[in-house]
Amino acid sequence: MRTRTQEKIIETLLKLAASITILTTIGIIGVLLYETIAFFKEVSIVDFLTDTEWTPLFAQKHFGILPLVSGTVLTTLIAIAVALPIGLTIAVYLNMYAPKAFRKTFKPMLEVLAAVPTVVYGFFALTVVTPFLQSIYPDLSGFNSLSAGIVMGIMIIPFVSSLSEDALYAIPKTLKEASFGMGATRFQTSFKVMVPAASSGIIVSVILAISRAIGETMIVAIAAGQQPRLTFDPTVPIETITAYIVQVSMGDVPHGSLEYRTIFAAGITLFIFTFLLNTVSFWIKKKYQEKYD
Amino acid sequence: MTNSQKNKLIDNAFKIFGVACTLFGLIILAILIYDILKTGLTRIDWDFITNLPSRRAQKAGIYTALMGTVWILFLTAIIAFPIGVGAGIYLEEYGKKSKWANFLEINIANLAGVPSIIYGLLGLEIFVRAFNLGGSLLAGSLTLSLLILPIVIVSTREALKAVPSSIKDASVALGASKWQTIWNQTLPASVGGVLTGVILAISRAIGETAPLIVVGALAYVPFAPSSPMDEFTVMPIQIFNWVSRPQHEFAVNSAAAIIILLLITFMMNGVAVYYRNKWQKKIKW
Amino acid sequence: MKVEEKEHIMTEPKTIPEINKKALIEARNVNVFYGHFQALKDINISMNKNSVTAFIGPSGCGKSTFLRCFNRMNDYIDGYSIKGEIVIDQKKINWKNVVIEELRKEVGMVFQKPNPFPKTIFENVAYGLKIQGIKDKSFIEERVIKSIKDVALWDEVKDDLKKSALALSGGQQQRLCIARTLAVEPKIVLMDEPTSALDPISTASIEELMFELKQKYTIVIVTHNMQQAARISDKTAFFYMGEIIEYDDTKIIFTNPKQEKTQNYITGRFG
Ligand SMILES: Nc1ncnc2c1ncn2[C@@H]1O[C@H](COP(=O)(O)OP(=O)(O)OP(=O)(O)O)[C@@H](O)[C@H]1O
Ligand SMILES: [Mg+2]
Repeated sequence: MRTRTQEKIIETLLKLAASITILTTIGIIGVLLYETIAFFKEVSIVDFLTDTEWTPLFAQKHFGILPLVSGTVLTTLIAIAVALPIGLTIAVYLNMYAPKAFRKTFKPMLEVLAAVPTVVYGFFALTVVTPFLQSIYPDLSGFNSLSAGIVMGIMIIPFVSSLSEDALYAIPKTLKEASFGMGATRFQTSFKVMVPAASSGIIVSVILAISRAIGETMIVAIAAGQQPRLTFDPTVPIETITAYIVQVSMGDVPHGSLEYRTIFAAGITLFIFTFLLNTVSFWIKKKYQEKYD
Repeated sequence: MTNSQKNKLIDNAFKIFGVACTLFGLIILAILIYDILKTGLTRIDWDFITNLPSRRAQKAGIYTALMGTVWILFLTAIIAFPIGVGAGIYLEEYGKKSKWANFLEINIANLAGVPSIIYGLLGLEIFVRAFNLGGSLLAGSLTLSLLILPIVIVSTREALKAVPSSIKDASVALGASKWQTIWNQTLPASVGGVLTGVILAISRAIGETAPLIVVGALAYVPFAPSSPMDEFTVMPIQIFNWVSRPQHEFAVNSAAAIIILLLITFMMNGVAVYYRNKWQKKIKW
Repeated sequence: MKVEEKEHIMTEPKTIPEINKKALIEARNVNVFYGHFQALKDINISMNKNSVTAFIGPSGCGKSTFLRCFNRMNDYIDGYSIKGEIVIDQKKINWKNVVIEELRKEVGMVFQKPNPFPKTIFENVAYGLKIQGIKDKSFIEERVIKSIKDVALWDEVKDDLKKSALALSGGQQQRLCIARTLAVEPKIVLMDEPTSALDPISTASIEELMFELKQKYTIVIVTHNMQQAARISDKTAFFYMGEIIEYDDTKIIFTNPKQEKTQNYITGRFG
């Protein structure tokens, strides 16, 4: 029958479209592994994990990933230190205190923060936030993780606030009412009942925000500097994994060279971090869905 | 102070803190926009938009970058739209219960969390090198298409899910095949939601910088591209290039270019929201 | 489609022994399961051409499940399986090679809640024809008008055929849905509580309509409204816990049922 073959063909095409996502994953892992294995033929994996210097572009080459990791972790920590308290407060406020109309207008408005291209935030960090911070703390270097981290934190506020608010919103009303019924204030109800009840959703939102911050590139490439160094001092220039990849890509490194392969070794490190975070959040989400279904 | 007075005080204090936090983000956004307008607005004129790049800040324009962005926009849309919507339809309407679909779903959730720069590395090895496309527009848009695919798929599924099953039942009960039902009923009824998702995803692609730098988009391109195989630059890379220079004139240039980039981004978001509202209004079940 | 490959649908047609020549619809030893739950037990029934048959019975007794066996709408449900035979117009419909789309052109269905497509009134009625690949505009138009007239909706909508069907009232929508079903000229029309979402006036107009439709179609209707069943049907089947307790002329069921359970149900002693 004609229509039946037609139906089959269409279904197959749609299935192929969906399967491209599998190819993407295979491609990502394959490409990273392929170049990284070639990289480790020349560089010892022990050096990579323990050396405290990262200078592949210099004459005196060192291939220790730690400085890039510390740069990434440092900026991410600063960003979360900004986004978590603010984002969670916003979520609780919108859910428990704000009038409906306020919530309806401000929730989408906050989401605009996540729609601004990150290169714009980079510009903002470099030309506005850093000078402002320098006016308070003059020793602050022109490139630093503090400014980049703060701006990154602002960018990821909506990830925390919107998703946490969704999680709070999903809590059955009866729970809230029971707490009010016992004479608890909104503040007590929020933090003793609602936030714990929504904790898995909130944790997922924070993990997502962290994963976003780890992978963020342009803000740190513009405002945090290009000097890999193993430090947790937020006032000096550092370099993140992502910024390093950009730095190499901007230059003229020949394909197939050791320098070229460093960006894949750095990339796989980044990928592993975010993959672990995604897996944990996926796992929490699944547990949590089971609980409420 | 009694206990309940204390509680009330805490309650009110938190309320004020909550408003402050909500406004904080928006005030920062306002400062950002104000600062950019103040720095860049006077720099924008017709020459700025139509001039080719130049070493001299005053003479430099964004023409090649703007054209690159427009090309990327269209190519990415053409590639990501059919694949993403097709995949969304498959997952929502066909493969719902199968193991394969379940696996695809987990995979897509994971892909959505992969940093954009990693997609750049993928594009560099596969499209630029293996497919030998070089640092072309095509390589760039293929890379960005893969990047936004998860967003398109997820939003397509959301839109399809919103179509009530009673409509599909009515259609198949009249003898329509599965695809006829999807094509004639489900898709028309969800087109607003699907388009919203696609536009939002593409507006995200337009703001992307890092993956394009990695696939070899250039900081300096003397002429606007004229075919998908041409080398290119885009607005965010042009901005990045100017931001990285110490001279103040280039900072002014980048602010001016940011205004135009933000205009494009916000306009696309506006169109997406408009579509969504229109669609929600038109179809009330 | 995947559905046809399910195991529950028999792979080959066995010879049909004693066919009741007058019957348009026949069910033989039908057992239906949702997973392990048995929704229908050993159902045997036959329905004649140009008759109206009513299914009554308490909620959850399997009326809808049985009705949906005739156009295989249950196929989409996870865990659904059927044993036994359903024969429509001398053809077994629950075996592998039956083309579901063809079956549904013969067996139309009207749902409990009016479910017009979010399209114009005209397009709603024309949809079934267009699906069949009919392109002849004047033919389609003729058939659309005729169907709308058949459901006594013409006077109300004749100037608004280009308007959205969603703008109609609930009763009008339901009549439109019936018109949509009739437009493809099925032999059988299945109706699952078609008036339960409607006000008394719309209900009356649809009941009236069913008298007319009987001339041309064979109708099977599920209803919770005893008066409705009594008024419009020729035969009535009383379902209870997945079984047909009693099946007879409507007059007998409502005046002189043989089973105590039927008696109790129609007099409202349980429900
Ligand atoms: N999709 C399904 N999955 C599992 N069980 C189902 C499903 N649909 C119906 N059932 C079960 O099968 C039985 C018969 O359901 P059915 O819908 O046929 O009842 P009904 O007689 O039409 O009831 P009502 O008068 O309320 O419409 C019920 O016990 C119901 O719970
Ligand atoms: Mg029912």
